[in-house]
Amino acid sequence: MSTAPRLTALDALHRSLGATMTDFAGWDMPLRYGSERDEHTAVRTRAGLFDLSHMGEITVTGPQAVDLLDHALVGNISTVGNGRARYTMICQEDGGILDDLIVYRLGETEYMVVANASNAQVVLDALVARADGFDAEVRDDRDAYALIAVQGPESPGILGQVTDADLDGLKYYAGLPGTVAGVPALIARTGYTGEDGFELFLKPEHAEGVWKALTEAGAGVGLIPCGLSCRDTLRLEAGMPLYGHELTTALTPFDAGLGRVVKFEKPGDFVGRKALEAAAERAETAPPRRLVGLVAEGRRVPRAGMSVVANGEVIGEVTSGAPSPTLGKPIAMAYVDAAHAAPGTEGVGVDIRGTHEPYQVVALPFYKRQK
Amino acid sequence: MSNPQQLRYTKEHEWLSDAVDGVATVGITEFAANALGDVVYADLPAAGTTVTAGETCGELESTKSVSDLYSPVTGEVVESNQDVVDDPSLVNSAPFEGGWLFKVRVAETPDDLLSADEYAEFSAG
Repeated sequence: MSTAPRLTALDALHRSLGATMTDFAGWDMPLRYGSERDEHTAVRTRAGLFDLSHMGEITVTGPQAVDLLDHALVGNISTVGNGRARYTMICQEDGGILDDLIVYRLGETEYMVVANASNAQVVLDALVARADGFDAEVRDDRDAYALIAVQGPESPGILGQVTDADLDGLKYYAGLPGTVAGVPALIARTGYTGEDGFELFLKPEHAEGVWKALTEAGAGVGLIPCGLSCRDTLRLEAGMPLYGHELTTALTPFDAGLGRVVKFEKPGDFVGRKALEAAAERAETAPPRRLVGLVAEGRRVPRAGMSVVANGEVIGEVTSGAPSPTLGKPIAMAYVDAAHAAPGTEGVGVDIRGTHEPYQVVALPFYKRQK
Repeated sequence: MSNPQQLRYTKEHEWLSDAVDGVATVGITEFAANALGDVVYADLPAAGTTVTAGETCGELESTKSVSDLYSPVTGEVVESNQDVVDDPSLVNSAPFEGGWLFKVRVAETPDDLLSADEYAEFSAG
């Protein structure tokens, strides 16, 4: 594999905006354009514009596309209506999580699977391997799409200025083909920020024009370009897991508190079923660690990998942590022993470079938007 | 980005003012502040602490990371900037002015501090 970072179709534009760039899963991506807290606040209160072209699109088509997906993934894809989307996961035979995914149903027998950039190849390889025996085609469409997201309470008004699509009729976790700024796009009401918003899948050669049109449409209501740094704090406040942090191959969806995505009732066998049935039972009877929220009483920030402690003993590990712009305090997600996982549990701390800083155990998410 | 000519600089991206009555002011450079991103927490050496040139004496925490703060000189801290403790974003908005970090009674200054031009060249990498 080449070590030169991959560039999105918007690379020159990011540089002209003065973005600080960062390597993310082999892509050179905007980390922030100015202050990441200002970007975070813009998405919570107005709107933000993101380049997410590093995400991995995989198209699955054919008469048995849905049967393949029901076999390969843990969700019940046959219940996804045309024009709808579903959050799901792909697991190993032993139940370990390979990735979390969004599956969009684009047509009667056409689906788009969107994987994390860091796992796109793994997911592609797994789908290709699992397609054996199905009348379905798995196509690598990573280079076929740029992905632009507009997120935040002002996003419907902004997008509405540059599209004729019926945004009022487009529900959360739905997607429809439409025209944005004069070019074709798949318009999806999805996101990773905890706010209302849209993700636009379009041809890379159209990305710059759409970005500029949205920038112009949003200028009057405070839309600003936003980088991956604020995307991470936005999803953390919203309690959304990130692969490599809350989700790994060492954990099943039940360990991650996301057992609801596993649909045992669906017909037929699926990869991981047996192991996941055991994991479900274990989670019910003898739960291992649970994913909880931690809110700092002080100002020091917990980071991934730090130990969670109680009574001088290690009872868990931080998976993500950051200063929360909305709460004004450091927050974290952590796996902790079940005995210490109840919200309000006293005496829990995080070992921050040798000092045990006190933390409150809270239920996730930290932030939920008012609808 | 311009580094004030009257200051001296370290390769750890701190700046040091000329001493007035033996007391010099220390901060981090604009280059460092930009690299850190929004500073959210500053742990500064308290008055009375002895700091040693090139050794850690505090930390600055930003959204993405925590960075050690190194003292450019050896001496005794006479004041740390409470304004920065209360509002760490001063480090980003005014790194060479209101975002200074501490004042130190200088006992010894290393002879390898950089001039503004040398630091500009160094930080341009």
